[in-house]
This record gives sequence, C-alpha cells and structure tokens, in this order.
Amino acid sequence: MDTQVTKKKLGLKERYKLLTRDLGWETTFHTKDEVYPYVKYEGIKINDWDKWEDPFRLTMDAYWKYQAEKERKFYAIIDAHAQNNGHLNLTDARYLTAIKMFLQAISPGEYAASKGFARMGREFGGVGTQVACQMQALDEIRHAQTQIHAISNYNKYYNGFHAFSDSRDRIWYTSVPRSFFDDAMSAGPFEFMIAIGFSFEYVLTNLLFVPFMSGAAFNGDMATVTFGFSAQSDEARHMTLGLECIKFMLEQDPGNLPIVQRWIDKWFWRGMRILSLVGAMMDYMLPKRVMSWKEAFDIYGVENGGALFNDLARYGIKPPKGWDVAAGAIEHMSHQLFLGLYQWSFGTAFHGWIPSDDDMEWLSAKYPTTFDKYYRPRWEHIKKLEAEGTPFKNYGLAKLCQTCQLPTVFTEPGDPTMMCHRETEYKGEKYHFCSDGCQEIFEHEPEKYLQAWLPMPALFSELNGDIGAWMDWVGLKNGVDNGDYVGSQDQINFDKWRGMATSNKQS
Amino acid sequence: MHIDLRTVAIEPQRNTFDHLVRRFGDKPASRYQEGSYDIQATENLHYTPTWDPEQALYDTSITKIVLKDWYVLKDPRQFYYNTYTLTRARQQDTAESNFSFVESRGLGEMLPEELKSIALNVLIPLRHAAWGANMNNSFICGYGYGTVFTQACMYQAMDQLGIAQYLSRLGLLLGDTEALNAGKAAWLTGPAWQALRHYVEDCLVVRDPFELFVAQNVALDGLLYPLVYERIVDGFLSSKGGSAVAMLTQFMNDWFDETRKWVDAVMRTAAAESDQNREVLQAWTQKWSSRAAIALRPVVELALGTQAEETVSEEVASFNARMKKIGIDL
Repeated sequence: MDTQVTKKKLGLKERYKLLTRDLGWETTFHTKDEVYPYVKYEGIKINDWDKWEDPFRLTMDAYWKYQAEKERKFYAIIDAHAQNNGHLNLTDARYLTAIKMFLQAISPGEYAASKGFARMGREFGGVGTQVACQMQALDEIRHAQTQIHAISNYNKYYNGFHAFSDSRDRIWYTSVPRSFFDDAMSAGPFEFMIAIGFSFEYVLTNLLFVPFMSGAAFNGDMATVTFGFSAQSDEARHMTLGLECIKFMLEQDPGNLPIVQRWIDKWFWRGMRILSLVGAMMDYMLPKRVMSWKEAFDIYGVENGGALFNDLARYGIKPPKGWDVAAGAIEHMSHQLFLGLYQWSFGTAFHGWIPSDDDMEWLSAKYPTTFDKYYRPRWEHIKKLEAEGTPFKNYGLAKLCQTCQLPTVFTEPGDPTMMCHRETEYKGEKYHFCSDGCQEIFEHEPEKYLQAWLPMPALFSELNGDIGAWMDWVGLKNGVDNGDYVGSQDQINFDKWRGMATSNKQS
Repeated sequence: MHIDLRTVAIEPQRNTFDHLVRRFGDKPASRYQEGSYDIQATENLHYTPTWDPEQALYDTSITKIVLKDWYVLKDPRQFYYNTYTLTRARQQDTAESNFSFVESRGLGEMLPEELKSIALNVLIPLRHAAWGANMNNSFICGYGYGTVFTQACMYQAMDQLGIAQYLSRLGLLLGDTEALNAGKAAWLTGPAWQALRHYVEDCLVVRDPFELFVAQNVALDGLLYPLVYERIVDGFLSSKGGSAVAMLTQFMNDWFDETRKWVDAVMRTAAAESDQNREVLQAWTQKWSSRAAIALRPVVELALGTQAEETVSEEVASFNARMKKIGIDL
C-alpha cells in the first residue's frame, strides 16, 4: 500500500520509554515539592531523575500475560497437593516448624513490603522509578497471598498456623521481623529502598529464600517449593531494582555516599539478626538438612556478598561495618538461638525439641570448632534434666534488644562464654541491646527506637504477667501449638496418618 | 514416594485460620478471604513515620471517612492477585488481537484524516491523565487502610498504567511518535486541556486517601470514561466510520464497566455506615464531579463541538443518577 506512512522503527528501549517515562510531566499548578513532599528530607540529592536506568522493561500487557501463566501453574500444583494429602509426603511433621515461622514472620513482611512499595510508587519523583516500585508492590501482594494459600492446607491438619494474623502483632518473636519492616516503612523513601529493595531483596534474599525453598524440597514440601519457584522470576526483578536503586543514588551526587553507607551498615546488621531465625531453621528444624547455616553463609553471604561489595567499591562503598562481627558469630548464632527457642517453647506457636544423637553428630561435623565445645554439653545437660522428669524450661522474662527485639541470647564477639549485653541511657531511661550493632542503630536515632513496642514488658504491664491471658491474647493454644514436639498432637497425628497411608493400620 | 490416599479418610483439624472463623464462621474460607482479610498489621506498631510523625504507619485517621471495620469495603469482583491477573490477561489477549487486526488490515490508514485527527487530539493527551490516575491509586493503596480496599486500588493503579500504555500504542499506530509529542504539548499548554490538567495536579496534592478515591475513581473517571469512550469513540467516531478506533479502546470500555461496580460498592458501603460519612462523601463528590464536568467540556468540544455542552449535561445527569442509586445525593 503506497499510501501507508512508513513508521519509524523504535528500539525496545525507546519504545519502553515512550510507554512509561514519557507519561510524566513537569507539574505547573503545584511545585515539585508539593507533589513529591518526601524526596528531600533524608538528605539524598537527585539531580536528574531521567538518569534512572530501567532495570527491566515490562509493559502491563506483558506483565499480565506472564504472571497469569505462572499463577495458573502455581494454583494447579497446590490444588493437587491439597487434594492428594501432599502433607503426608513430608519427611516429618517437625519440618513444619520452619513453615510455621515462615507464615508468622515472613509472609506479613511480604505484605508490608507491598504497602511500602505502593507508597514509593507514588513518592519518588521519576516515572521509571515509580513504575518499578509499583510493579514490586503488586508482586509483593502476590507473594503474601500465594504463601498464605500454599500454607492454608497445612493449617487444616497441623497446629501453630491458625493464629498467624493475631500473633503477627502480638507474640514476642514476630516482633523481630515486624519491627524490621516497621522500621523501613517509617523511614523515608530512599532509606526504604536501601532497607527492603537493596539489603533485604538483594543482599539477604538468597540467605532467606534459598535455604527455605531448598529445605522444602529436601523435606518433601511441594507446596512451599512451588511458591518459591513461582516467586523466583519476580525476585530476579526485585533484585535488579534494588541494585539499580543503590547505583542510581550513588551516581547522582557524591554527597549521597555517606548516607547510603550508613544505611547499608544499619540494614545489614538488622538483616543478620533476622537471619538468625533462618540459621536455627537450617541447623535444627529440618529433619533432612540441606546444608549447615555456616555453609549457606559461606556461599551466599561471603562469596556472593563479597562479589557485590567489590562491585560497589568503585562508588566508594565499603562492606557493611558489622560484616566481620557477623561472620565471626556464624558458628554460634544458630545454636544460641535454638537453645533460647527451646527453653521458651511454652511461648512459641511452634514446637521445640532436643536434637537427637544423630542430629548432634551432624552438628558437630558441621561445626567442628564450636558445637562439641560449647553447645553439646548444654544439650546433654538439658537431656539429662528431661530424663529426670524436670525439663529445662524458662518461664522468665526474656530481655529483648531494644533495636532488633531478639532476646539477648548472643555472646560477645570473640568470647562465646560471655553473654553480650549493651546499655544506653537516654533521657533518664535505660535501653538494652544484644550487640554493638544494635546499640549504634539506636544511638543514631534514639527518638525513633525508644518508641519500639516491646512485647515482654507489655505482657507484664497489660496482663499482670498472667500467662494464660497472654496466650489467649496472642492466639496460642497451650499444650497444642507450643511446647515439645515429642508427644505433640502434630507428631501423633502425622505418625497415625502416615501409618494409615503406608500400612493397613486404621485409626 | 507417592502415597495414594483416596481410600484413607483424614479428618481436618480445622476449617481455616482463626481470624476468618471470627469473621465468617467456622467453615472453609475462600481464597479471596484468605488472601485479603486481616493481613495488614493493625496494632503495636513500632515507630511513627519519620516522614510525618503526626500519623501512624497504618492510620485510619488520615481520612475523614470513619469506618468501624475497614474490611467492610469488600470488592464485589473478589479480586485477589490471582483472579485479577487472570482477568486482565484474558482482556489483554483481546486487546492484542484488536491491535493486530487494525494494524494488519491497515484500518488505521483507512481512517478519514479528519476522524483520525479528532481521535488523536482527544485520546493521546489522556495518557497523561491516566498516569495521574495511576499515581493517585498507588497513593490510595499505600496510605489507605485494610487490604480488601487497598489491594483493589493497586490493581486500579496498574490498570491505569496499562490504559496509558494502550493509548500510547494507539498514538504510535495512528500517528507515530509525532502524535505522542503533539499530545503531550497539548496536555501541557493546549487550551482545551489546562482545566483537566489542573484537576489532575490538584489530585496529586490531596493526601486524604478516601477523598482522592472520590476525586479520581468516582468523579473524574465517572465522567471521563462515558464521555470519551462511549460518547466520542463508540458513538461519534464509529458513526462516522471510525470504528477502528473503538476496537483499540475496547479495553477501556470493558474496564470501566467492571471497575465502576467496585467503585460503587465502596461508596455505597462507606455512605451507609453513618450520616457523617454520607455527608462527607456527598460534599466531596459534589465538589470534584462539578469540577470534572467543567474540565472535561473543552475536551469533549474537540470532537463534538457545539454538541459538547449538551453531551456533558447528559452524562452529568446519568452520573448523578448513578450516585443516587448508591446513596449519594447530588
């Protein structure tokens, strides 16, 4: 057709630009400061939002199409899993402890991230950045929902899942991840991006998701493996966004470097504290282990993290300040935390247990310099008390760190026999910390962290220390959700059902 | 190991999560319920925002609308991520075949020049208005309260981005990059567009999430979509032989039909809860819809000329009737 106008051939990049960035305009009825009120107060200088490099070029039609494909597969698999009683393929119901923690502690974080990214999708002053954040907001809704849906079937058969919505805001240990997300969301948009987009999604995600998903695969949990796989390509986009965002800040203005560095230091440390839960999961909770926490840290922390910070060195970024302390504690943290969880198992919506002899053999092989020396003797002592009919339980008040909210169960750097404890006095009040890292975070923004809601003091001030009332309040069913795995309903039911399924036994 | 359990009956220990039992009774919950109710943090929030220490991280008091329970704002479509994405994926399939139908048969080139230029003049600047709508809904999702309400706003935000992108593609198809440039220039300085741009920019500084919902999703969209896509594209352009354009905007028509049901449900429920809510919603709807009608008139004139005033009045009347049905008297 001769009359046809020859259209310019647009490259992908140019076309994407027209379909996103070109949609924005310079407002004239209101100033930029009125339209984007929060982009300046943190001190980050952005001279040219157009220098933002789109980390991925996904238009909405393509997004809907690809994501729908993934959704169809995901729900087909978890439907089949539920239909066929897939939970009986688990190695052991003890494994579900990891999934209980995941639903109680991580899925609410996915949802918080979604809210946070929706806010950033509005507050950032450049279309490219906004669209990337909005897509992540949408993805994070997906992750929260697919996790709840995948885990929903376990809730029908096992304890510890049913009250996740209540315990999210009330039980003591969920305060660890929730204070992390609340911290990020109460920060400005740029710090939020370093906290969630960079530290959480880029630096720490491999240490969180890879162990959980491999643990699921090793232990026959098809539902969790499926949401893990299904989320993987979303995560790849999120990682790219996190990295692009940090590079963008650093390239925009040299004055941004010290601010960004301080955030990296802070959020690395906060992230490592959350990861202690992952360490305990990998070393103690999986009936069939994937690798030790230390091995995971060597691969995903030391190697990958090292490469990342080498890459960022050209901007003047140094590895996070607490890196060496964290690395030095790797051979201790999972043991210290699981010992803590065991003694406070009356107050957790998951079970604790004493590691079996086989488990202890494995731990001593994986931690040759620390387990036999420091932790086996404690477990042997606990085992003896158990055998004598006086199990070791701590109904006392755990002192929680004002910053990370973990009980102060960790030891001094370089001295695994000394409990680490720090104190700061601020405006006449004493605040307690588990580490130098957490103390420094407080001291930089005391007015923020003194607001922290500490669940243990709340128990005593609001409920007069009435543990039964506290359990009702957090949704914990005593003797059902908590305590020792051995003899629990979960154990009895799983063994019975599996017996019915694999032999001629009937209930 | 595969275990065949068809012959083994295992009794579930419970039907669903505690918070859903409290809301809906002790029975199995739907996926919409599981994925939407009570999944946002509500109490014992740790810190107040450094960006505005006056408000809480999740705060019901940043809007004038008061609801005892924000989870009453149920989405009649029951969209959660899965149902939302699957629905839009089907629609984008249709949109894709419409675009390729128009393109492969050269229907764009066959459009009479006059009609084509009216279509471009009216539709292309609207990609910027859709971007404004996207930001506004991202805001409502971010600062609004309760997942049943806010997740739907995120879907709405992404839909508006999709609409902006379909409009951009329409521009590229019918008038290449020049059409997009001309559309942007009109949006920024063209006399027909300044009142609308003023409206959109004023929305960008509204920080009450529910007022923004009214300004954007109720008032502006409630007049813009019927006027532009029903009256101008499907009515005027199609009757003159420009139905190719209607093929390219089918998504917007279907989308508006679907989303207005959700918008109506939100308004009806919030208004029904108290007289105070109803009064606030009426005042907002009155204020924003009368402004929207004024702002849209010069846009409608681009296509309908002297017919514009009457057309706008008709659509205002049917908008008012729609509002009356859901308890908003204007």
